[in-house]
Amino acid sequence: MVSKSSRQAIDPATVNGWGVDADSRNDPTYPYRDRAADQAKGMAWERPPLQPEDVEVLRSLEHNRRPAVFGVSVPPSGVSGMIRRAAFTYSESDWRHWLMLLGADRVNMLEGILADLIGGRVPNIPAEMGVRAEWQHNRDSLVRKAAIAATVSTVAIVLLRRRAAGRERRAGRL
Amino acid sequence: MLAADYRGPYRVRAERKPEPAIHHPRDAIVRVTRSCICGSDLHLYHGLVPDTRVGMTFGHEFCGIVEEVGAEVGNLSPGDHVLVPFNIACGQCHFCKQGLFGNCHEANPEATAVGGIYGYSHTAGGYDGGQAQYARVPYADFGPTLIPDGMDLDDAVLLTDIVPTGYQAAEMGGIQKGDTVVVFGAGPVGIMAARCAWLFGAGRVLVIDHVDYRLEFASRYCPAEVYNFAAIDDMALFIKKQTDSLGADVCIDAVGGDAAGSMLRTLLGKKLKLEAGSAITLHWAINSVKKGGIVSIVGVYGPTGNLIPMGNVVNKGITIRANQASVKRLLPRLIEHVQAGRIDPKALITHRLPLEEVSDAYRLFSAKLDACIKPVLYPNGGA
Repeated sequence: MVSKSSRQAIDPATVNGWGVDADSRNDPTYPYRDRAADQAKGMAWERPPLQPEDVEVLRSLEHNRRPAVFGVSVPPSGVSGMIRRAAFTYSESDWRHWLMLLGADRVNMLEGILADLIGGRVPNIPAEMGVRAEWQHNRDSLVRKAAIAATVSTVAIVLLRRRAAGRERRAGRL
Repeated sequence: MLAADYRGPYRVRAERKPEPAIHHPRDAIVRVTRSCICGSDLHLYHGLVPDTRVGMTFGHEFCGIVEEVGAEVGNLSPGDHVLVPFNIACGQCHFCKQGLFGNCHEANPEATAVGGIYGYSHTAGGYDGGQAQYARVPYADFGPTLIPDGMDLDDAVLLTDIVPTGYQAAEMGGIQKGDTVVVFGAGPVGIMAARCAWLFGAGRVLVIDHVDYRLEFASRYCPAEVYNFAAIDDMALFIKKQTDSLGADVCIDAVGGDAAGSMLRTLLGKKLKLEAGSAITLHWAINSVKKGGIVSIVGVYGPTGNLIPMGNVVNKGITIRANQASVKRLLPRLIEHVQAGRIDPKALITHRLPLEEVSDAYRLFSAKLDACIKPVLYPNGGA
């Protein structure tokens, strides 16, 4: 029984029949991969200079070293940042990694609204969603959606008020 | 400077932000003259790509004028007008050496399965993109390409992604003279893939979508036989009937995870996020291609997983070929095609808008309003 992977090197030249049917034309990656340039196996290339890490950069577990350059847009912060940091304790192959990042994105959306409000700005969400384009080019649909939203909201408010009034009546009887 | 600013699913606004700076000796700063919204930006806009952070600037299809260069950029000077491939590539790692410039290993700390891409979430490296007045361009001594004299800037900006992606979709199809090629998706990439299929010698090109105005455009531009899948009950059966019951030689998925066409797959992949987007196009492609055929995928899917008929891949002996386009590798040939008039990229552009109207531009493109095929932003008035 094999319980551990073997790292013992095998010289292909010692394997009976090695390479007798090798055919360089049998290459489904042609032409978008130049195998002729695939000479040095492993991470042996001359590296570019390393970008100074002046912002927090989360690194995939599957990288054994940080790539030479990276983006500096929006470092992780707040609650979403905590979730993102936790997500990067799992590899790219683990669904938890991606599901936690998607969850962090939704939290981050709420953080964005909160940041706007704290900064004294009420976000114009309809404008950010391009309502003007809808008004110009898809007015009937926009009006229909607005009417449905208004109806649903009105019904919800009426139901909530009735429920509150019922609670008050019952409390009065007691 | 003014820049697009992501605020959450379906929300983007124009915002004042600090101008980008040089962070690496191979960086450049580019003043953006044209910046497209790509169909794959819509995956970000719809909230489908993990680690898309509020405050990021999207935009991976742009061209512009070099403003400033880092100490190790010797081949560009301020004032040069360049088109910027959407892949960020060092040009010297294991993968770049093989021409896989969409798979560079020195440009994305956050993931290994995808290289660095401008403005495409932190899953693609966390770079702010070109839907802004200025953009930071890493590895500027390798990626950006001087726009040839006389080339229309509207053509040049489409050489950063759409044209190479469509071309590589056809190239990966291994199209032989006389082959029947089915392209799923009549967005800009699908249209370009269908156009390029002829360059590789296709004998017949079919384009499938559900948006009539796009199908009509494809029928003229590519040209191609076009079919609306809303009127087709069973896609595989339909393609078999079109191909003497054998199936197509090559099927191209130019849609990705945002596909319409199956309520169940939309629910699982797009609403509940239990799949990495809706894989109905891939399902159709696998089941419509002939035995021993090739499925070429350039549509964008999320990083988790999708339900596809894998048994049919095995039993039919299908070859699946896929990648992000290796723009830098393809540019010399594609520039020749544009200059020779064999490809007319700018004909795809239907909307030209100032950056201030980025919210409306996204909505136009996402909701397919006003017969929108390709919107382009002009962040500095186009100059």
